[in-house]
Amino acid sequence: MKNKLNVKNIFCGVSKKSRSGFINYGIVIVFFIIFQTLSSMGKLTNSLSGQLIPICVYVIMALSLNLVVGISGELSLGHAGFMSVGAFAGVIVATSLQNVIVSGSVRLILALLIGAAVAAVMGVVIGIPVLRLQGDYLAIVTLAFGEIIKNVLNCLYIGSDSHGLHFSMTDSNSLGLDADGVVILNGPMGALGIKKLSTFFSGIILILIVLFIIQNLVNSRAGRAIMAIRDNRIAAEASGLNIIKYKLMAFVTSAAIAGAAGALYALNYSTVVPKKFDFNTSILILVFVVLGGIGNLRGSIIAAAVLTVLPELLRQFQDYRMLVYAIVLILVMLITNNEQAKAFTKRIFRKKAKEEC
Amino acid sequence: MLTYLINGISLGSVYAIIALGYTMVYGIAKMLNFAHGDVIMVGGYMAFCATSYLGWPAVPSVLFSVFVCTILGIVIEKLAYKPLRNATSLAVLITAIGVSYFLQNAALLIWTSNPKAFPNLVNFPGITIGSAQVSSVALVTIIACIVIMVALTLFTGKTKMGKAMRAVSEDKGAAQLMGINVNGTISLTFAIGSGLAAIAGVLLCSAYPTLMPTTGSMPGIKAFTAAVFGGIGSIPGAMLGGILLGIIEIYAKAYISTQLSDAIVFAVLIIVLIVKPTGLLGKKIKEKV
Repeated sequence: MKNKLNVKNIFCGVSKKSRSGFINYGIVIVFFIIFQTLSSMGKLTNSLSGQLIPICVYVIMALSLNLVVGISGELSLGHAGFMSVGAFAGVIVATSLQNVIVSGSVRLILALLIGAAVAAVMGVVIGIPVLRLQGDYLAIVTLAFGEIIKNVLNCLYIGSDSHGLHFSMTDSNSLGLDADGVVILNGPMGALGIKKLSTFFSGIILILIVLFIIQNLVNSRAGRAIMAIRDNRIAAEASGLNIIKYKLMAFVTSAAIAGAAGALYALNYSTVVPKKFDFNTSILILVFVVLGGIGNLRGSIIAAAVLTVLPELLRQFQDYRMLVYAIVLILVMLITNNEQAKAFTKRIFRKKAKEEC
Repeated sequence: MLTYLINGISLGSVYAIIALGYTMVYGIAKMLNFAHGDVIMVGGYMAFCATSYLGWPAVPSVLFSVFVCTILGIVIEKLAYKPLRNATSLAVLITAIGVSYFLQNAALLIWTSNPKAFPNLVNFPGITIGSAQVSSVALVTIIACIVIMVALTLFTGKTKMGKAMRAVSEDKGAAQLMGINVNGTISLTFAIGSGLAAIAGVLLCSAYPTLMPTTGSMPGIKAFTAAVFGGIGSIPGAMLGGILLGIIEIYAKAYISTQLSDAIVFAVLIIVLIVKPTGLLGKKIKEKV
């Protein structure tokens, strides 16, 4: 009798993590099926169906930032910078290979991969100095890097012709393009004339891949090391963990994912400007992560999806919608941090947990 | 050359005044008050309304603007931050962002997104030092900055309230045990910070006379950078950081590139923080195991 109980307990404990992981995949797939059928039946409004790919992008961004803020415990305020790098790398790849590779989906996959790779390189370059700092100093340096990326991209001109890619920092005329050349990145005007390659389906697949990567990382030896460093840096170091290595691992993985999300985002529009990926975008994603629950992947998915659609749903308030959004944000933070409300939810959840057992 | 230096000091003085607000609030409440930049914007609009709509002269409109922002700062602290005194710093950060969105969008509804031309409040001619022309606005800004710096140093060093403020920033619990009104002191800090933000808003709009609901956000971020640059939580640090940042920005604009000036400012910040991880004048706190 006693043995049986123990076995059951162990079974319950082991499967809990993977079960929670499968629920996350399930939520994403159900979300896809619902919206796919709705849109094929023509039940979605234009503005909402236009939001499907941005929802996927923001879900991925929220998951990626959650890896840094939640799992690794570092506040990053410049995550849009990685998104930006990935976006423009992806656009350059997709546009310059337009005549070489005919298949749109192959170009999309290449763009996503290279966007992720370039963002990962940026992640290493930024991560090495940044991760030496702690707390608010780290936050401000990530903010600074985000602004630097935005400013540099704002005066970067890239064109391509039969000789290959041309770069310039002054203007598009100094690129020295042939007659058949195209300007891909035009300084503050951004990338123009992008061919739309992203689809809702590809966005969902990318979410599933990202979820797979993060969940496996979190439940691996490296993931436990990262969380140990978050919980107590000194104790982790004393146990022989290489702090910089594990922090960098989380940071670079997160940067790469953000780069892929950026590429997916950029290839959904015909024009993308560097200004889009500014401090406000970084903050927007941080809001998703914090409202969804720091370190909680499912929370990030739901918060990102709901909060991306929320301004659309608040359309009836017209001019007041961003004001309402701000008030909702403040109230949610006040209520979730209220001692009495906390005790109340705790009581309810404890009851539920007891019933389950 | 000298003109650039004076322009740099003038711009830096504005950053320094804003950074003082950031650093004082950070020192006492240990929170990054992202809504601070938007209080600057409100300060600018208040002075604009007082002069343009009510026809008030310069000094009363500035005082009016300071008064409104001080009240605003206290109200924000009471409604949004005080209930989160024991919450995680991220929760407070997000609330501050919510307040910032709120102020920006409220301003958008009241004054629309059309830029307003800020009236000229400083009505005397500039002076010439050697080869350099100093505009009257730059002169007023620098003088205001010096006066504020001296007053704040005296306030925190000599008065009872200032001592209470320093005590609370060092150890809240112990300060309370010594009979200091912690909540009152925190409110006072927010009031001073917001009042300074109003002055900064007026000075900023006098130098760059276009006023929009987003006017405060970029100077806010830069002043925050300045506060960290000098060592967040330190009042002389905020002053030094702000002025250095202003000088670097003006020189970068003049000699390297207008578009890249912000990137250069942030790059200098990163280099400083890598060499000295707690900022120029920041206190190094030893970690105990």
